[in-house]
Amino acid sequence: MSKLTGLLNWVDARFPLSANWKAHMSEYYAPKNFNFWYYFGSLALLVLVIQIVTGIFLTMSYKPDAAQAFASVEYIMRDVPWGWLIRYMHSTGASMFFVVVYLHMFRGLLYGSYRKPRELIWIIGMLIYLTLMAEAFFGYLLPWGQMSYWGGQVIVNLFGAIPFIGEDLSLWIRGDYVVSDATLNRFFAFHVIALPLVLIVLVVAHILALHEVGSNNPDGIEIKDNKDPQTGHPKDGIAFHPYYTVKDLVGVVVFLALFSAIMFFVPEMGGYFLEYNNFIPADPLHTPDHIAPIWYFTPFYSILRAVTYPLFGIDAKFWGVLAMGGSVMIFFALPWLDRGRVKSIRYRGWIFKTALTIFVISFIVLGYLGTLAPTRATTMLVQILAVIYFAFFILMPWYTRIDPVKPVPDRLQT
Amino acid sequence: MFALFSLALLAPLPAFSAAQEIKLDRAPVELRDTVSLQRGAKTFINYCLHCHSASYMRYNRLTDLGLTEQQIKDNLLFEGDKVGQRMTVAMRKDDAREWFGAVPPDLTVIARSRGADWLYTYLREFYRDDSRPTGWNNVVFDKVNMPHALYQLQGAQRLEKVEVADATGEKHVEQKLVLAEPGQLAPLEYDRLVGDLVNYLVYMGEPSKITRLQLGIVTLFFLGLLFVLAYFLKKEYWKDVH
Repeated sequence: MSKLTGLLNWVDARFPLSANWKAHMSEYYAPKNFNFWYYFGSLALLVLVIQIVTGIFLTMSYKPDAAQAFASVEYIMRDVPWGWLIRYMHSTGASMFFVVVYLHMFRGLLYGSYRKPRELIWIIGMLIYLTLMAEAFFGYLLPWGQMSYWGGQVIVNLFGAIPFIGEDLSLWIRGDYVVSDATLNRFFAFHVIALPLVLIVLVVAHILALHEVGSNNPDGIEIKDNKDPQTGHPKDGIAFHPYYTVKDLVGVVVFLALFSAIMFFVPEMGGYFLEYNNFIPADPLHTPDHIAPIWYFTPFYSILRAVTYPLFGIDAKFWGVLAMGGSVMIFFALPWLDRGRVKSIRYRGWIFKTALTIFVISFIVLGYLGTLAPTRATTMLVQILAVIYFAFFILMPWYTRIDPVKPVPDRLQT
Repeated sequence: MFALFSLALLAPLPAFSAAQEIKLDRAPVELRDTVSLQRGAKTFINYCLHCHSASYMRYNRLTDLGLTEQQIKDNLLFEGDKVGQRMTVAMRKDDAREWFGAVPPDLTVIARSRGADWLYTYLREFYRDDSRPTGWNNVVFDKVNMPHALYQLQGAQRLEKVEVADATGEKHVEQKLVLAEPGQLAPLEYDRLVGDLVNYLVYMGEPSKITRLQLGIVTLFFLGLLFVLAYFLKKEYWKDVH
């Protein structure tokens, strides 16, 4: 017995190291037919690590003080050795986190990954998404530019639309009558410690839940239904390590190349990743002509703006906030809205395929329109698209049931 | 069927994004031209830095432009300033508000919010306007509080209505800047001076930009090599998956 094995045995007698390595890596059996869409889970984990590590280094030089925040970011960009690189990694990482997460969620829609028995994985995933939105929102205030400031002002004011308690609630969130130093300080606290802790706990829970029931796959077939009687392992499963670790490594390298191309050559990404107006220091006395949230919030922002009629004597803004909240929260219900007899798009009929395509297009167009100042024509289009958006979910129990599905094979198709 | 529907949905998009825009001239930005950047720095310090600060920029950062600290001290520093100091102004904010109606914005990252083309056009399109308190107005920034700081160099322009014929021969009235009072520089020389100044402002907005672009190429080259390794490693392992 070598010294190293001796050490491992010593640890194993006191901590389930080998047992966990086996359960989650070397003997976690994943379907062998994962395709392109299955890279985004591990990539989301990678971006989380990038954000945490770069965030730690940014915190060392950033000053959460309304009088110094903007200057400290420029200090990082100029005087801190490699500060500009760390800052661009963090700002590019924020947007790429949402790119990866949106693709990861779309994968769930494609292959019915939220269906029984994976409802909890989906719900925990949605909680991660909500936390991530909050994390991004709080972080966006920190550079203390004009867009940070007024974006924050607009979003916090949304709470003011709630009848009776609204005004007090938004005052309580801000800690002041306008977004101010007090707001910046508390948002900093949420951004650097409270929400990252919640995120990490949720990500661990997401993976634990996944490894309990096993991964879905592009065929939407349960590989555990077909086990090798001798080994007890799924016939169509392969060990996560080394097969998927080496495969994900290829995905990681391609992703990092894309990430680097943006970060090094177009870090502002045409004003979508870093908005031009955010290079103007926050000025509470000067409202910019056009305030738009950063791109990953714009589909929901569009839905907020789509509601222009007051109802039951309550302001249109309140119903807009409700619609916006609903447009995010409705994703939670997906496992129960989908009544299709098959999980994967491969065996779904034309109805679901059409519905999903129209949904994706309306999501993208809503997002694009959310970046623009509203006009009569865009408001009209946004209203139509918002109806399509909600119809995708609300009509789902009906159209997934009547969808002419194809027969599902017993074993994975490679 | 739904491909057609998608197209129908996407078709009107470009129409929404076209707002009325002021025509901007293209700024001659060349960050590798250190001589131009040095000229721009000189103009910036001589003309802009009296009212506008660049308070995130240190003087000794100008070593990026091929200057030594001694050269910066001898030629660009104001009396009593140290080379490691930031480019601040002595003008008090209250005074500025009284004199100009607004505090002149800090210019360190102005090129990142306004864009080089806007600055290049703005600095060349001041014109005499007696209705304004300063006597100046600007084509791209109507009712601007800033007077024409480079007036001695450019001279004074006036905005005149001229009748022009377009390609179809139809005549319409256009507003055109006319140099009414020549300055110390010929129009082309002035354009070059502003070009150098804007080049400097772009540099100052992000001094590490050249390093960033160079490092990007190295990083992508490295990732390219890593991709080959990762790809063949994956292929080797997956040989036994059927």
